[in-house]
Amino acid sequence: MGKFTVLSSVAAPIDEKNVNTDIIIPIKRLVGTDRGTFGEFAFEPWRYLTEGVENPDFILNKMPYRNAEILIAGPNFACGSSREGAVWAIQEFGIRALMAPSFGGIFFNNCFQCGILPIVLPAEIIENFMRQAISDGDNPKFTIDLAANEVTAPNGDRTSFEVEPFRRDALLNGLDDLGMTLTRRDEIGAFQATDRETRPWVYL
Amino acid sequence: MAGTRTLFDKAWDAHVVSELGGDMALLHADRILLHDLSGLRALRMLKELGHAVRDPSLCFAAPDHTVSSDPALGGKGKFHETCVVPLAELTAADKIRHYAMGEQGFGILHVIGPELGITLPGASVICGDSHTCTHGGIGALAWGVGTTELVHAMATQTVMHRKPQRMRISFNGELPAWLSAKDMILHVIGAQGAGAGNGYALEYAGSAVRAMSVEGRMTICNLSIEMAAKVGMVGPDDQVFEYLNGREYAPKDEAWDLALAHWRTMPTDDEAEFDKDIDIDVSDLKPQITWGTSPEHVVAVDGLIPDPDKEADPDRRQALRAAQEYIGLNPGARLEGTDVDWVFIGSCTNSRITDLRAAADVLKGRKIAEGVCAWAVPGSEDVKRDAEAEGLDRVFTDAGFEWRLPGCSLCVGANGENVPAGKRCVSTSNRNFVGRQGTDSRTHLASPAMAAAAAVTGQITDVRKLMS
Repeated sequence: MGKFTVLSSVAAPIDEKNVNTDIIIPIKRLVGTDRGTFGEFAFEPWRYLTEGVENPDFILNKMPYRNAEILIAGPNFACGSSREGAVWAIQEFGIRALMAPSFGGIFFNNCFQCGILPIVLPAEIIENFMRQAISDGDNPKFTIDLAANEVTAPNGDRTSFEVEPFRRDALLNGLDDLGMTLTRRDEIGAFQATDRETRPWVYL
Repeated sequence: MAGTRTLFDKAWDAHVVSELGGDMALLHADRILLHDLSGLRALRMLKELGHAVRDPSLCFAAPDHTVSSDPALGGKGKFHETCVVPLAELTAADKIRHYAMGEQGFGILHVIGPELGITLPGASVICGDSHTCTHGGIGALAWGVGTTELVHAMATQTVMHRKPQRMRISFNGELPAWLSAKDMILHVIGAQGAGAGNGYALEYAGSAVRAMSVEGRMTICNLSIEMAAKVGMVGPDDQVFEYLNGREYAPKDEAWDLALAHWRTMPTDDEAEFDKDIDIDVSDLKPQITWGTSPEHVVAVDGLIPDPDKEADPDRRQALRAAQEYIGLNPGARLEGTDVDWVFIGSCTNSRITDLRAAADVLKGRKIAEGVCAWAVPGSEDVKRDAEAEGLDRVFTDAGFEWRLPGCSLCVGANGENVPAGKRCVSTSNRNFVGRQGTDSRTHLASPAMAAAAAVTGQITDVRKLMS
């Protein structure tokens, strides 16, 4: 997994609450779509008028947001289905970090699995960021510095954010969960050995 | 900490393999459920990475998402070769128990888990499906995970998670006739909002939950994720133990006695405190139904579609307008009496035998309205066989319903079964999202009894009026 350190980019605002993962990647794209080709289907119901015909009003079809590497979203972003294809679609579109008041919990975990940084910030800060993200041809850039736990907004204001230390270390160092857990094989074995004594019925 | 822990705390603590700092922990996954979309992809990823399944005996699989529910096709739909067959092959290679279409035990994973005794009180259950919270109905700690987490779980039998806060939702009072678990939970989501459970593990409590069947509790827990809570649980009680006793994978003999003694210690301690408490009196509840494109767009059946102009926030106003435009209804209109084209009774929310009985009670001796296409899709092969033994299939078919084969079917349309564009469907499923049941389809979530009533009248109907 690639490292996440500092990211500087324009940020696309999607000012809507409870955006669900069915919108981010429709179910029909979960079958037969290979990793690396999810990007063109990101936000498909909003991004295209009909198949292959872009909706010119959708934010990610407009400049400079076509090149955005950051999304700013409303509360409970990416709620609903567990489909990791939602992260793959966003990631393959080019997004590397998201900022929202809250995220769908399964999506939130899935982001870390893919090296994407989801940042939770208070609603009023997100609203302020959404206003600052609007471009009048000036391509306003946000800078996310994970090592410093800090976002710098286009107006220069710095806002700190929190990420679980374990998650942060993994992103900064490009470590994946599986690699780390495989080093704990003995701990897992020891847990199971004890657990078999207390809850033998769990083991089939 | 004795005497002050919640059901969730007890279940969580029992699974901590390692603390990972902060609120993160590595937890043991007692059960891993695999389906034909995320499960299949995870099996392939595992193989590509060169890892083996650590404990195949703790993994179970069934191709619930893409199997066809069409009896004429014998369950073989358009994804039979690409999804159903590969899942069978890969699980066979890894020695994972797989239930094939038509086989006793096959069904929607969230139906067969409890049904086969795979799911147990206090056990951790994960699946690459957000409605895994359903298993909380029998007191399991169950939540949906992504594909990579599933790969991690199969390779290590563990899953990483941040410990959520705890919220208790207490339903008290006596539920009026013709209302059910679905009405209770839709009401909560409507009142609290689709994001209200974000960051919480929910526990459902109170006299109305205690009085409810185990299957009703699964319906309530199933919709936890529609309130953004990954976990929803009900404290296991004698009803749950009776439900589980004798089921295929449930412990037997001495192991049963040992398990039972343990399970009786699971419910929340009297002195335990929750981070948030919500109390609901169900005695005046009316049948609930969704009007829009989020599970929080809920009204009582006699309620009015909200007026966006009364919404102060411009973005919310715009979102309400968009939902109303999509669903084809006007602000201020009464939902009751709206014409319906389709009715779907099924899904991991409402496809169990008690759900089918509730619908059949309404359909008995009645015909569905002309022009309505109505499907009954049992949640599992066992549900289907039990229903047929009771003659419920005849009640459905005599009324004009199609009696179909078990699977997720029209809830999510992953198998290509869809509600046509522009058509309005009253559905017992769990999501009314834009395009959920098919491109431009319009979904109204409701209980099995309400769905049956809509089929009979061809309109959104208060089942209590139809049955009075």
